Amino acid sequence: MLKLFTRTPGLKDRQTHYCPGCTHGIIHRLVAEALADLDVLGRTIGCASVGCSILSYNYFNVDMIESAHGRAPAVATGAKRVHPDKIVFTYQGDGDLASIGTAEIVHAAHRSENITVIFVNNAIYGMTGGQMAPTTLVGQKTTTAPKGRDASHCGSPLRISEMLAAIPGASYIARVSVHSPTHVRQAGKKIRTAFAYQQAEKGFSMIEVLSTCPTGWGLSPVQALGWLAENMIPYYPLGVYKSLEDV
Amino acid sequence: MARTLMKGNEALAKAAINSGCTHFFGYPITPQNEIPEYLARELPKHGGVYLQAESELAAIHMVYGAAATGGRVMTSSSSPGIALMQEGLSVLAAAQLPCVVLNVQRAGPGIGGIQPGQADYRQMTRGGGNGDYRIPSLAPATIQESVEMMSEAFEIAELYRSPVFIVSDGMLGQMMEPVEFSSWKKEPLPPRTWAAVGHRNSRKPIIIKTMSLVPEILEENNKVLQQKYRTIEKQECRHELFRTDGAEIIITSYGSTSRIVKDSIEILAHEGIKAGLIRAKTLWPFPVQPFDQLAYPCTHVLCVEMNCGQMLDDVRLAVKERLPVSFYGRCGGVIPTPGEIADHVKTILGRR
Amino acid sequence: MARNITGTVFIEVDRCKGCGLCTISCPAKILRISESTINAYGYHPVFVERPDECTGCSNCFVMCPDLAITVERTSHQGADYGQDIDERQ
Repeated sequence: MLKLFTRTPGLKDRQTHYCPGCTHGIIHRLVAEALADLDVLGRTIGCASVGCSILSYNYFNVDMIESAHGRAPAVATGAKRVHPDKIVFTYQGDGDLASIGTAEIVHAAHRSENITVIFVNNAIYGMTGGQMAPTTLVGQKTTTAPKGRDASHCGSPLRISEMLAAIPGASYIARVSVHSPTHVRQAGKKIRTAFAYQQAEKGFSMIEVLSTCPTGWGLSPVQALGWLAENMIPYYPLGVYKSLEDV
Repeated sequence: MARTLMKGNEALAKAAINSGCTHFFGYPITPQNEIPEYLARELPKHGGVYLQAESELAAIHMVYGAAATGGRVMTSSSSPGIALMQEGLSVLAAAQLPCVVLNVQRAGPGIGGIQPGQADYRQMTRGGGNGDYRIPSLAPATIQESVEMMSEAFEIAELYRSPVFIVSDGMLGQMMEPVEFSSWKKEPLPPRTWAAVGHRNSRKPIIIKTMSLVPEILEENNKVLQQKYRTIEKQECRHELFRTDGAEIIITSYGSTSRIVKDSIEILAHEGIKAGLIRAKTLWPFPVQPFDQLAYPCTHVLCVEMNCGQMLDDVRLAVKERLPVSFYGRCGGVIPTPGEIADHVKTILGRR
Repeated sequence: MARNITGTVFIEVDRCKGCGLCTISCPAKILRISESTINAYGYHPVFVERPDECTGCSNCFVMCPDLAITVERTSHQGADYGQDIDERQ
């Protein structure tokens, strides 16, 4: 008996532009594997967003639409309303989804749009050079909060999964992490479940993936995994925040 | 076919359905709410989809997503809402996606007023979003013309792969006039091989995008757009001439203001003053050609708008200093009367 | 040591960015970032130090952000351990 662990057909055979150790690469693979395993690559439309993953359309082996910053859930809504039979997903970072795009994500959940959102939360703005994000932790140093986030000045970090789970239209909301092989495998399962919700037309699904940004955090890739486990997980607990019973 | 008495906004909405619109995403704003309301009721009956977005900003991006995946899609708003859509309009133009955007103008700037205005001329023609792009803008003056321009708008959008504006205003939107809908034959659309619909494992993935980090490639993309705009300038310019032969003064106007101007031309004619109208039916491309025909006895060009002077710039460019050009306008939602325009003409010509 | 399940790790050297995530995920601790080799992108790629000790767990594949790693897992005759370690159903 032989099992081969190798590149999924859901990803193009290309070197990515992501920093060494950036967990975008892992998350891309999990999403692509889910789509390939469900055999829906040929009828999937992905909505890229603005952030480090802006070039994700160069990697996912599906038709893709670039979306302006924060607007991916609205773009996905337009696409899904034209093609209700296709699988439509967005892939967004924390600036895109939790800052400029909060109206769009809330209303996509509110309308229970039958799309799947992959929300990559690394508590920082990576692409633009390490500025503070709404998800940046209190005390965490960033280029626009050089002394660390001060909650009395600009609030405490936003917990998106908890927030969206309170919306009746949200069907499947889960927070996962990718800082260890076990967590990566569990994340893969939840991402697959989210796409299964869409296939079964059960409404809005979102997976929040806690991720690292070694460059932005000023740590080595291996140190970044540890920082995530120590600092992010206590504030952003992992788990399923919303699900439907009969799926 | 029978003529019906219809409100301008509703006639536009019905014309959209007749033109084959499949998807509408919009947000309520005065004075165009009859459009989403009509479409919410009627579009699903024709197999279309109506969705109220959470904002104009979201609406235009839903239009983008729908157009990118092959939908025949439209949105409508009024001046402040159109301002919110500028980001999406730049993206739609850059991605070369067809769609129709309706602007039922109201007075501005800022939240402004809910009465009619024409203060979005610059927003329509100078591209309110970032980058070098143009959006063909059709400006009807009657409800019948609005209905016809709706079909033209969808055709132009499809032919050139571009967003297209229909520039109406609160007066045209709220008034009622008899209108006739020609029986519309549903022509099969040319296949949109460029749409992102899922590759069915039979071709390379399609990517709809507007970003390019390589300057030479982005420059090439810009050249493609500019080439398209030169073609549109040649083929899609429209205007109307009203009593311009032998006119001593030419008045330029567009939209509902042009109807008031026609009345003032009648008043002047009764007093022995020959005035004529060049009416712009497309704001971009602006009809330059009729201004090349200006000849004696015309001594003056007067631009009349419901704003502080926006089309005036294009008129000046078209006249090229051959004749003096001046401006008369009311703004804030005040609508000029034929009498006051006629009086102003008499002042210019020294007949008062 | 005879084992029921073994593995072989293939590294696509020019895809590796030398991030090291695989090295700390390997339970057998057989992966190491090379100090002397530099690949086409200028990174120090990872290499397999003691290939015979690979268990085929696929942790390295799972943690690699760049799909630079392929793992072949082989079950030998007589193995009771029939299920995949990462049961994905």
